Amino acid sequence: MGEMEQMKKEADGLKTQIEAARKAVADTTMSAASAAVAPAPRVQLKTRRTLKGHLAKIYAMHWATDSRLMVSASQDGKLLIWDSHSGNKINAVPLKSSWVMTCSYAPSGNLVASGGLDNMCTVYNLKTPVVKTVKELDAHTGYLACCRFLSDSEILTASGDTTCALWDIESGKQKTVFLNHVGDCMCLSLSPDMNTFISGACDSLAKLWDVRDGTCKQTFQGHTSDVNAISFFHNGNTVITGSDDCTCKMFDLRADQEVISYQDAQLNAGVTSLALSVSGRLMFAGYDDFNCNIWDTLKGEKVGVLSGHDNRVSCTGVPPDGMCVCTGSWDSFLKIWN
Amino acid sequence: MSSNSNLPSMRRLVEQLRLEASVERIKVSQAAAELQQYCLLNATKDALLVGVPTGSNPFREPRSCSLL
Repeated sequence: MGEMEQMKKEADGLKTQIEAARKAVADTTMSAASAAVAPAPRVQLKTRRTLKGHLAKIYAMHWATDSRLMVSASQDGKLLIWDSHSGNKINAVPLKSSWVMTCSYAPSGNLVASGGLDNMCTVYNLKTPVVKTVKELDAHTGYLACCRFLSDSEILTASGDTTCALWDIESGKQKTVFLNHVGDCMCLSLSPDMNTFISGACDSLAKLWDVRDGTCKQTFQGHTSDVNAISFFHNGNTVITGSDDCTCKMFDLRADQEVISYQDAQLNAGVTSLALSVSGRLMFAGYDDFNCNIWDTLKGEKVGVLSGHDNRVSCTGVPPDGMCVCTGSWDSFLKIWN
Repeated sequence: MSSNSNLPSMRRLVEQLRLEASVERIKVSQAAAELQQYCLLNATKDALLVGVPTGSNPFREPRSCSLL
């Protein structure tokens, strides 16, 4: 038997082994285990702010750690920094390339970053008298789908070139490249302890990575189409994904498998974005059908809906203090609800 | 998962599968119990779940009249 044949046999054997090991611990499902938990109340949130200012589709938004400021990115070629309490615009950052797909606020509040079809992640300093470009991180060979700061000196990116990367902002170089997805990487979420992150891609998989050594530690299957959105639960052991297959799924990292699927026979729209409330009990998922559905994460039931946008909900975010949820849309508006 | 016809990438695939196979797994029932506990313990801090009193909602103007 040639080496190739032997390797194929071993690979098949390992896949079978993994499936069997997962089945062996699947003594229940999340919804069955949560049958005795009191249902979450029916959630009815009102629009408290409609933030108007962008002139084209909004593609991304991200809350600052102060739970008050936020950054939004639109294909009108601007990043806007908003004070969500007053509804005022604090800053407008003109972008070199208007084809933006992602934006991020650094935990310190000093920097923001954006990127898109220019294949670059550009980092801006908000604290200089005039907003200045700090660095253009240029090495990906595909679009920048998502970026998240670890600190003022490091940022993680997910790209359409199927890789994720950890960058040193000062030198502008990639410190670590995360190779394993076979489809465009669409989203990423950093674990609360920042030692790992999870990515979702067009290969329908979610992968867990070690930030420092670059290894892919676990792979999660279940979706049947692109994984567009992903978020760590605040306890660091669970992850929720949203996909073009119209479902969201919860994967438990320690059980190494899907434990619940959030779906509805009447839901025929892809999931674009998702955000968790601070306890994790509620999940806000934005869909192509202009709505944002609210799910009880433990029971897998829909408990509310946020309707109000006139086009696709492209991004959602809950600030660290959990006081509200923000939705951003192709209708060019951001709405704040609680 | 696509299997490439070349040897190095096949070796990488096998390496990766060996790594993933060696993960220690806990029972779903245990994971579920711990997750429920986490959610329930933090429920009272979750404004979107339990609501925010109007006075302390930064997104809502208080309904009292102001003295001019």
